[in-house]
Amino acid sequence: MKINFEHKQAAHCENGVTTSLLQFNGIKKITEPLAFGIGAGLFFVHLPFVKINNGPAIAFRSMPGLIFKGTCKALGIPIERKKFSSKEKAEKILLERLEAGQPVGCQVGVYYLTYFPKEYRFHFNAHNLIVYGKEGDDYLVSDPIMETATKLTSYELERVRFAKGALAPRGQIYYPGKAPEITDEQIAVAIKKGIRKNIFYMLKIPGNVVGVKSIANTGKKIKKWREKLGLKTAGLYLAQLVRMQEEIGTGGGGFRYIYAAFLQEAYAFLPKPELLEISKMFTQSGDLWRTAAVQAAGIYKGRIGTQRDFDQMGDYLIEIAEVEKMAFKALANIKW
Amino acid sequence: MKKEDVPQDPGALGKVTKEVCYATDKDGKYTKALSSGWEVKINALDLAWEDIEERVKAAKQKVLNNEASPVLFFMERRLMDMTTIAAYTGFWRWQIKRHLKPGVFKKLSAKKIKHYAGAFNVSVEDFINMNVHED
Repeated sequence: MKINFEHKQAAHCENGVTTSLLQFNGIKKITEPLAFGIGAGLFFVHLPFVKINNGPAIAFRSMPGLIFKGTCKALGIPIERKKFSSKEKAEKILLERLEAGQPVGCQVGVYYLTYFPKEYRFHFNAHNLIVYGKEGDDYLVSDPIMETATKLTSYELERVRFAKGALAPRGQIYYPGKAPEITDEQIAVAIKKGIRKNIFYMLKIPGNVVGVKSIANTGKKIKKWREKLGLKTAGLYLAQLVRMQEEIGTGGGGFRYIYAAFLQEAYAFLPKPELLEISKMFTQSGDLWRTAAVQAAGIYKGRIGTQRDFDQMGDYLIEIAEVEKMAFKALANIKW
Repeated sequence: MKKEDVPQDPGALGKVTKEVCYATDKDGKYTKALSSGWEVKINALDLAWEDIEERVKAAKQKVLNNEASPVLFFMERRLMDMTTIAAYTGFWRWQIKRHLKPGVFKKLSAKKIKHYAGAFNVSVEDFINMNVHED
């Protein structure tokens, strides 16, 4: 059984799954940047006192599932979502949906994801892929990170759907329900909703754990890392920051570019010249994130490593926080 | 980032797939581009693995010195933290902490040992003897 489904590659897994499933349901105008922006995907969080893989708990993305949920909700499309306690039932329902011709989004863990390179297989449980058929014992898989469609045996799929630990997927499947045709007007309204929500995430959440204040706060912390942790651990921390920032499925600098692309595409639906100007600010922020990553690499590769180098690294983040604050304030000031 | 600046450095992911990223063309308009990898993040990933290998080595030495049980070794080797190992074995964290002690470990029932071996995806024999095979 094989659903007539076209695999598409994306920069980020959840954007990709959201875009492909919505396009399959007939909403052809949705692109990855539009899904990312409408789903308010730009984020930054640095949890104090918590460590992940022996390093700082920094993420450039919101909770898994929120981009899909936000995009569907803003467009007025119902969401079908199910978690399972039984593996048998999880497979049965998946097969039923496939039989009915519905490609299905699955949350999975990457540790046992066989087609991923070994170097990338950590216990990260918020990866997303689409299952669109079954041939013999193999499930047909469209993983947005991969250039081409791929396959998993029924055992391999079950193992990643029931990966355990933090954010355990518990066999979760999801897909958009049927919706009437979506007009350009509805997309324009959804874009505004997405922008407002992202302004809230990045500017309005109190405290300095989430948003632009958190970016600046991390910058301040980095300046103290050399003294507090020693050069070696400080280097490992910076390497973790860069991995969270630039690796597949997370994307910090990359996310800024997607957001910049989103604002350009938004202009086609809402011709406000400000959108194009603010898009450039996000490009600038993305470029700065990359410059900061190069600085961090200099430190963890041992090419540089004085206190001044750490100060410079911290200052990059403080500058980024300022650029993104101005950009979101400018978005908040648009008279729609 | 301009399209011509999209990095094309060889890395682990590049062997399997190229990554999509968004970059601007000569008119400043965003388009999709493919990257085979970026040295800066390849170095970050390499460093993470060097650190893991050091931890695995240190854990092995601790077990050989009779300061820890093979649970520690396989936790490090399988990149598991307490949350992950507790979820895969079904044991409580305080139980696992006890099982890290060689004295307690030696008295564990065959059933519990099997539980751990299953969670670490190795045979019971390999688990107890810290044998590793490439997988």
